[in-house]
Amino acid sequence: MILVRKPGVHASVQDLGRPGLRQLGICPGGALDMLALTLANRLAGNADAAAGIEFTMGGCELQFETDTRIALTGDDFGATLDGVPLWPCWSVPVRAGQTLRLAGANAPGTAKAGLRSWLAVAGGIDVAPVLGSRSTDLKAGFGGHEGRALRKGDRLVLGASRLGADQNARRPFGLRAPDWGTAEPDGAFALRVLPGPEFDLFTPDAQALLWSERWRITPQSNRMGSRLAGVELQRKAGGDMLSSGVIPGTIQVPPSGQPIILMGDAQTTGGYPRIGVVIRADLWKLAQAPLGGRLRLVRTDLSHALAAWAAQQRYLAQVAQGLAAAGWPGAA
Amino acid sequence: MSATPLPRLHPLGDAALVCDLPAPATLAQQQRIWALAAEVLAWPGVGEALPGMNNLTLTFDPTAVAFEELAARVLQAWPGLAAHAAEGRRIEIPVAYGGEHGPDLADVAAHTGLSAAEVVRRHSGGDYVVYLLGFLPGFAFMGGLAPELATPRRAEPRTAVPARSVGIGGEQTGIYPLVSPGGWQLIGRTPLELFDPSAESPTLLRPGDRVRFVVESLQT
Repeated sequence: MILVRKPGVHASVQDLGRPGLRQLGICPGGALDMLALTLANRLAGNADAAAGIEFTMGGCELQFETDTRIALTGDDFGATLDGVPLWPCWSVPVRAGQTLRLAGANAPGTAKAGLRSWLAVAGGIDVAPVLGSRSTDLKAGFGGHEGRALRKGDRLVLGASRLGADQNARRPFGLRAPDWGTAEPDGAFALRVLPGPEFDLFTPDAQALLWSERWRITPQSNRMGSRLAGVELQRKAGGDMLSSGVIPGTIQVPPSGQPIILMGDAQTTGGYPRIGVVIRADLWKLAQAPLGGRLRLVRTDLSHALAAWAAQQRYLAQVAQGLAAAGWPGAA
Repeated sequence: MSATPLPRLHPLGDAALVCDLPAPATLAQQQRIWALAAEVLAWPGVGEALPGMNNLTLTFDPTAVAFEELAARVLQAWPGLAAHAAEGRRIEIPVAYGGEHGPDLADVAAHTGLSAAEVVRRHSGGDYVVYLLGFLPGFAFMGGLAPELATPRRAEPRTAVPARSVGIGGEQTGIYPLVSPGGWQLIGRTPLELFDPSAESPTLLRPGDRVRFVVESLQT
């Protein structure tokens, strides 16, 4: 079991989500950075689909009540295990009674460049699957731990670990964290974007401003979407659209002219024009870009989008090979 | 079945495709969309088929099927689709209109030039068909709103619409199953649960269902 002593701003149980139910209006959800959760799970000896915990802006404290093994990915927020630094993308043994702490986003000495962290624990967080997933659907209030964000005092049960006693006790080892270029020289996060189905509904000025503006990520952002602030994007003509499907990464523009980039917990259909869509390979950056930070939206094309996705898949395949060669359980 | 116009196809990011049918949205076109949604799930590389209002979004694995290939297959299949005959249960939904349950009823009345009581009379007098579920778990988009009741969405969406609120968004009407951000004009509220994740059929409404709203109370 794990005791949640401090959940931080927002923590929830997440796995790879529940795709396939959009036609009932049920969002796929899951870890906003699937890549980060996948890496954490593999390092903890879990299958990719095991449930972990997604933390927001650090400031959390967990106590382990059993011997186990963990991995933390995303922003580490100066993480320590009983005071000893815990590096992101490392696989680390934990003894019963040890405490994991992530400093708050505003604590001195912590990295300010991130937003979220993902923790995998050997065996995974063992909550009952609902509609095929252990992810918490916060908006609808089901799945995960009691259908809600974690609170102080919650105790989380762990599933059966796939690690033997010798593996569990193995000395810490780490992976080189993926780095495909997060921040630009001015600190802005660059997201590659394909023009959306309604790109042509916007004025030529708005089309150009989409790519040139340094968008600010507002504090109203959450797991449903990142709300951006900047110049007003104007349409050539007004009028309502009929509801149409949206997916994570869709950039929709409500009448205020301030774009919203939809994330894993977003609605399945929307009625606002979709000016663009963030490519799948860059969604993880959006999950980690800090509130108040800047985003630049970079126009790309389909071949670059698919090449970026393929590069991530190659990286994951290399990780799987490396871990298998070291005698670690497979990802499937 | 007379030929319906071919859909226009657009990419939605690098792994989804949108099929858009020309306006106006009709039940006949929507039935074709349901038929296409059922058909494509058997095609290699297709993940999900999500009917919208007068459109269909497909997610696919671009390493298994390229966008152009999938687009060509949709256009080829379209003329041969038989309109899907969804059996359409009849469901009555009681609504408390106006007051705290429908804070935008006065705005809808002002926009339409009708009295609030007349808006309610016409809304509850309509026969509606569930075109799709979307936006939220169990949220039904319904066709059949009297055209004179159409009212644009609010310029700034609310951050928390109460669960079970009945609203009008453009030419559509629907019910919010859960507390949620939302931009529709709220005219009333129902006591019925629209979504239960533990139920075998988690949503009260399904595409093709016929719905009537019944006035439970009215405050103007």
